[in-house]
Amino acid sequence: MLITRRGEFSASHVCALPQWSEEQNRAVYGAAANPRGHGHNYSVEVTLEGEPDPRTGMIFDLKKLKDILNRQVIDPLDHRHLNQEVTPFDRIVPTVENVAIEIWKRLAPHFPPGGPAKLHNVRLYETEDLYVDYAGGDLA
Amino acid sequence: MIRLTRRYRFSASHRLHSDYFSEAENEQLYGKCNHPFGHGHDYVLEVSVAGPVNVHNGTAVLLPALDELVDKCVLSKFEHRDLNSEVPEFSQRVPTSENLVRVIEERLKANWASRFPLQWPRLEKIRLQETRRNLFEQTT
Repeated sequence: MLITRRGEFSASHVCALPQWSEEQNRAVYGAAANPRGHGHNYSVEVTLEGEPDPRTGMIFDLKKLKDILNRQVIDPLDHRHLNQEVTPFDRIVPTVENVAIEIWKRLAPHFPPGGPAKLHNVRLYETEDLYVDYAGGDLA
Repeated sequence: MIRLTRRYRFSASHRLHSDYFSEAENEQLYGKCNHPFGHGHDYVLEVSVAGPVNVHNGTAVLLPALDELVDKCVLSKFEHRDLNSEVPEFSQRVPTSENLVRVIEERLKANWASRFPLQWPRLEKIRLQETRRNLFEQTT
């Protein structure tokens, strides 16, 4: 069975590689390359997979899930400039793909193998019209 | 591997009527959708692509290229048009949303390699919302 918890954060970013020309950056990132940056209301959906515990009737304590999501993701990212204030986006471009992967990396250690629930999917909406799904595993 | 979904919108009119059936049968089969002068919808189209994330630029797909492809093949041809009389595929096929999904898939696949000549990203799914109550989805 799957359960999903949704969280929201607002943040600004710039998608551009410093060693590229303005034209190159625009071809890859579109308006997201504008140098002064811009912001989004991100929405993240964290999905866990497991079986309900026969005693509690729950796969995973949703309050605990909320705490993990807040501590690892929402609090550090909300109302921040991702490139300037959140690692690793001082080194890698905060595309919606990379932010989703970073969220997965921050959450995964809290759902180790053998635990009650497995981290199944991270869906990150950058806007209502653009989202990615990352389910862990190979990126290449 | 990551999956990225982009949402687009277009408004178009259509009339459901099949030459395989009599007037009375058409009316019975399609109901209001068979009204002689047609009617319209604000369609919402979701295009999902899958691929590895480029470690250098942090993207799985060049979004400006995807937007341009969808605009060229679909949006610019369907937007504020009558599907039956202005989209060639529907001179022979009933413009149900099932067939609309097929036509969108055919158009994107026929032009995919011109924009995305490499193995990745791959067109993975097309989802079409005809109204908020009717959704159609095809894994490609």
